[in-house]
Order: sequence, then C-alpha cells, then structure tokens
Amino acid sequence: MIRKYIEKIKPHFEEGGKFQSFRSVFDAFETFLFVPDTTSRSGVHIHDARDSKRTMSIVILALLPALLFGMYNIGYQHFLAIGGNVGFWETFFCGALSMLPQIVVSYVVGLGIEFAVAQYKKEEVAEGFLVSGILIPMILPVDTPLWMIAVATAFAVVFVKEVFGGTGYNIFNVALMARAFLFFAYPSKMSGDQVWTRTKGTFGLGNPEMAGGVAQTVDGFTGATPLGQIATTGADSFASFGFTNALGQPLALSDMFWGFIPGSAGEVSTFAILLGALILIVTGVGSWKTILSVFVGGLVAVVLVNQFASNAVMGMPPEYHFLLGGFAFGAVFMATDPVTSARTEKGKWIYGFLIGLLAITIRVFNPGYPEGMMLAILLMNAFAPLIDFYVVDANVKRRIKRGAVKNTKRKGIEK
Amino acid sequence: MALSNKTKAVLWGPLNKNNPVIVQVLGICSALAVTSKLEPAVVMAVSVTIVVAFANVIISLLRKTIPNRIRIIVQLVVAAALVTLVSEVLKAFAYDVNKQLSVFVGLIVTNCILMGRLEAFALGNGPLPSFLDGIGNGLGYGWILVVVGFFRELLGSGSLFGHRVIPQLIYDAGYKDNGLMMLAPMAILIVACIIWVHRSRNKELQEETN
Repeated sequence: MIRKYIEKIKPHFEEGGKFQSFRSVFDAFETFLFVPDTTSRSGVHIHDARDSKRTMSIVILALLPALLFGMYNIGYQHFLAIGGNVGFWETFFCGALSMLPQIVVSYVVGLGIEFAVAQYKKEEVAEGFLVSGILIPMILPVDTPLWMIAVATAFAVVFVKEVFGGTGYNIFNVALMARAFLFFAYPSKMSGDQVWTRTKGTFGLGNPEMAGGVAQTVDGFTGATPLGQIATTGADSFASFGFTNALGQPLALSDMFWGFIPGSAGEVSTFAILLGALILIVTGVGSWKTILSVFVGGLVAVVLVNQFASNAVMGMPPEYHFLLGGFAFGAVFMATDPVTSARTEKGKWIYGFLIGLLAITIRVFNPGYPEGMMLAILLMNAFAPLIDFYVVDANVKRRIKRGAVKNTKRKGIEK
Repeated sequence: MALSNKTKAVLWGPLNKNNPVIVQVLGICSALAVTSKLEPAVVMAVSVTIVVAFANVIISLLRKTIPNRIRIIVQLVVAAALVTLVSEVLKAFAYDVNKQLSVFVGLIVTNCILMGRLEAFALGNGPLPSFLDGIGNGLGYGWILVVVGFFRELLGSGSLFGHRVIPQLIYDAGYKDNGLMMLAPMAILIVACIIWVHRSRNKELQEETN
C-alpha cells in the first residue's frame, strides 16, 4: 500500500516535477522503506542483500533492549527518588516520556541538517544519522536540557561529519563528539550527582511533592552514579567501600548487571547491552574482535592497577569496572562503529585493546573524570588510521620479504 | 594624500586576500591564547600593529647597513626593544589587561607575522611602504583576533568588554554559558569558520583538490 502511494507521488520528485527540489528527501524515505529496485547501471559491482540502510536498521534493533531498559530505569530511579510506589507500566511510561523529547530533538536537528546539506550538494541523503540520532540521547544524562542537545547535535553533525565529507568520512564518532561537546561546554549539566536522576514530573506522570518550587526527594537521596561515588569516596581500600543506590542502600553486583543503577539510559543495563552485542555479532555488523579486545585491554589494565591499589578506585575488581558506567556500552556500540574504528583485522585488536586500557587508566588516575570511556574511544578514533597504516605496511613488508626469499631460492636452484 | 595602487595593495591586501592569519596561517598561537575575552584581544591587536609598523620602519631604514649574515639578530634586537617598550607602557597604563596577556606580550618578539614582515618586506622596501605594510598586517591580524574574541566572550561569558550583554531573563530560562568557548579548541574552530567563509567568497584562494 505504501509502495503504491510512493509510486504514485514519485513523478513529482523526478527531474522537472513540481517538488524537484525535495528530491533527495523523497529518495531517502523511499529507499529507507524499500530496497531500491534499480541497481547500478554501469560497470561491475558486487551486490549484497545488505546495504548500509539495512546495516543501520540492525544496529537500531540491537540498541532497542538497552533503550527500552534505559527508559524503564529512568522511571525506576525517578520513583525511587521521590518515594512513590507505582506499577511497571507507569514506571516505564514515565521514563519513556522523559526521554522521548530528547530523541525527537536529536533526530529533528540532526536529520534537518543532513537533509539541508544533501539538498544543497544535490546528493542522496546518507543514512548515518539514523544511528547517531538514537545514540545521542542514550549517552546523555536524563535531565540534559533540550536546547543543549540541539546545539550539541548541530555541532557534531556540521563539524564532525559534514565538513569531512559526510557519512563515512568522519574521523570521530558523531554521537560521542556530541557528548564530548556538552561535557566540556556545560560540565555542570553533564556530571556530578544532580543530573542522573529526574526528580521533576513528566507530562503529568510521577509528579513529586513540591515545596518552594523545588521537587522534594525522600530522605537520604543521592543521585551519584556508582563510578561517581567511588571517585569521590574517602575510603582507602575497595573492601571498606560499598556502592549504594539512590536511597543509600547497598547495591549488589546483580543490580549492576541488570541495570538498576543511576546513569544515562544506554549504559545502565549490561544485560541489555550484551543482548545487543549478540545481535551485532550474529549478523556480522559489529566486529567481535573489537568488542573482545576492549574487554581484554580493560582487564589487563585493571589487573595491573589492582596490584598497586592505594585507594578504593584502584582496588576495584574488573567485574565492577565492566558492569559500571559506559564501558560495556562503549565497547559494543561505540568502538565498533565501522567508520571510525580500525579497518584491518589485526588493527581492530590493537585499537580495541588500547581503548580498554586507556578507559580504565583515565577512570582510575584522573579524579576529574569518573568515566574514561568517551575520551578513550575518541582518542583511539584519531589513531585508527595510523594503526591501519602500520598494519598494512607491515603486511606489505612481510610479503616483499617472502617474495625475496623465494626469488633467491629459485636463483639458487637455477645455478 | 592620494595613494598609488601599489601602496594601496600594501596597506589593504593583508586585511583581506593576503591576510596573515587566515590566508598565510601565521600567528595562530597567540590568536588562540589571547582571544578568550574581547579586551585582551583588542589590546594585543593594537600592540602587534604598533610593533610591526615601527620595527618595519627601523629595519627598512637600516636595511642597507645590516650585514646579511647577522640580519636575524638585528631584527630580533629591534623587535625586542619595541616589545619591551609596549610591555612597559601596558604595565603602567593597563595593568589588568597586561596580566591577562601574561607572556604573550613578550612573545610578540617571536610572532611569525612580525619576523615574516621584517624579513620579507622591510629588508627590501623603503620606510613609508614598510610602515604601511606593518599597519596593514597588524590590522589584518587584529581584525581576526577581534572577531574571534567577540564570539568567544559573547558565547563563553555572555559579555562584551566585561559588560554583561545577554540578559538575566535568558539565563533564568535555562541558558548557560558555553564553557568550551573558553578553551583553545573553540578558538581554532572559529578561525576555521572565518577561513571557510573567506575561501567560499574568494574562489581563487581555494586550494586545488585532487
């Protein structure tokens, strides 16, 4: 039915039609919904059932578990903070509605710029932003003001992607750059213990008791993320330190695995992220080498640091490092970005390993940044082409050597 | 006084198509360092203009007596003397700004634009064209600084010359100053944006792409 409708309105967008100037917009929607039925008209091309739009759809599918759980958790943390006791669905909708405006803003601004640029350059709209647009709200605190998301998205799309030539040419991960922009521009809205839990009501759902215009939270409420807690604790060893939830009750390792902890929507549930990782690996969209090597790099760093532990965060065992913060999310969804990661197979091992190593190093040794994943991935994005260059170069040298050996042998025989 | 076409090119060229910052890409370090506020940017622009203009005149007058092998040393001595003068004047009359500029007043000595003009222009031209060349290059450097400083102070602190220009009303509505504007990376992005606009208006300056 949609197909028929699209066929009907298509002539208007062709050369000479009355909506000619909206051609790239139309084209984007058409090919997003249907695989194009015209294939390349000249030359030899290898065709695959998967084009990049299909790849993007799979990534979005893989993000869904983390997104849905993140929404639930926003509601869960919210009611924990204001002391309400409501059913599953109200909790979920409260969280989903808090996040929805962020997703809408991120998509409207990002796609708006993409469409405008594509129209201006008379190119097809590239599909890269479909994933970035959902990633941006998933890695930001729930209370990030919408205008900040709009500014950061515009900055990331224009200066990180379009100036380099659009989707597929960017050096840095677009969603992470949006976050980095906010992180340095508005630090008070991006870290600390005030931003991770929503205390205001959402569209009439979960309204807290108000006093003097300030939402009232239950006694003993703290919004600090577990990583924030351990970075600011005075405890001198991990054993004498305990993670707590928003009410000051102790957190078990299983809570961290399922995701009942404060944090940005995408990162909280390691379980949901692993589901996503499974989808990415089975469909071959994400590289298991990158994911695995990030964890290996992290493990090596943690084990090394644990040997010399002199405070709580240095003594934190690896399972906590992996379950808390954005480590797993970054490893699965950010490090595997095919555009900004290393492309050679050997390069992926080196690239992932260094991300894990750096992320833990920043977490442990820089008290200003409780989380190091974002900076580690961005730094390695910059080095990915260099890694690829040396991997390819080493391969070329090895083959020249092998060829040379063969040649001398043959000469020897001929003599 | 009517200026000949050549003199006009010497004076106005550096403001536009021969700009030391956005075309020759010189003097970037100080452009990043002193532009977080508008006031130091203006003072820096004026200081550089004065130093370049007068150093140009002095070197131009001495150009026939300077032995070629020690010309860099001579240029440095002249520039350093002028920079010290400017620095002392600033300390006396604009102490706060001088503190904000910190080492960067002293570092005018090593400013690439200054050395470049002395070496490339003053050593081969008379005093009057050299003077105009110095003024032109100083202003060409200066207007970039002022534009960058304008945006960085407006978006980073919500003020201009230290006066608040963004009304409190907007802050109450949730607006916040952009802390990234106070960091050097944003200065280089603004310079990049100026280059972007400038290049797209002057197609002949665009580099060939392969």
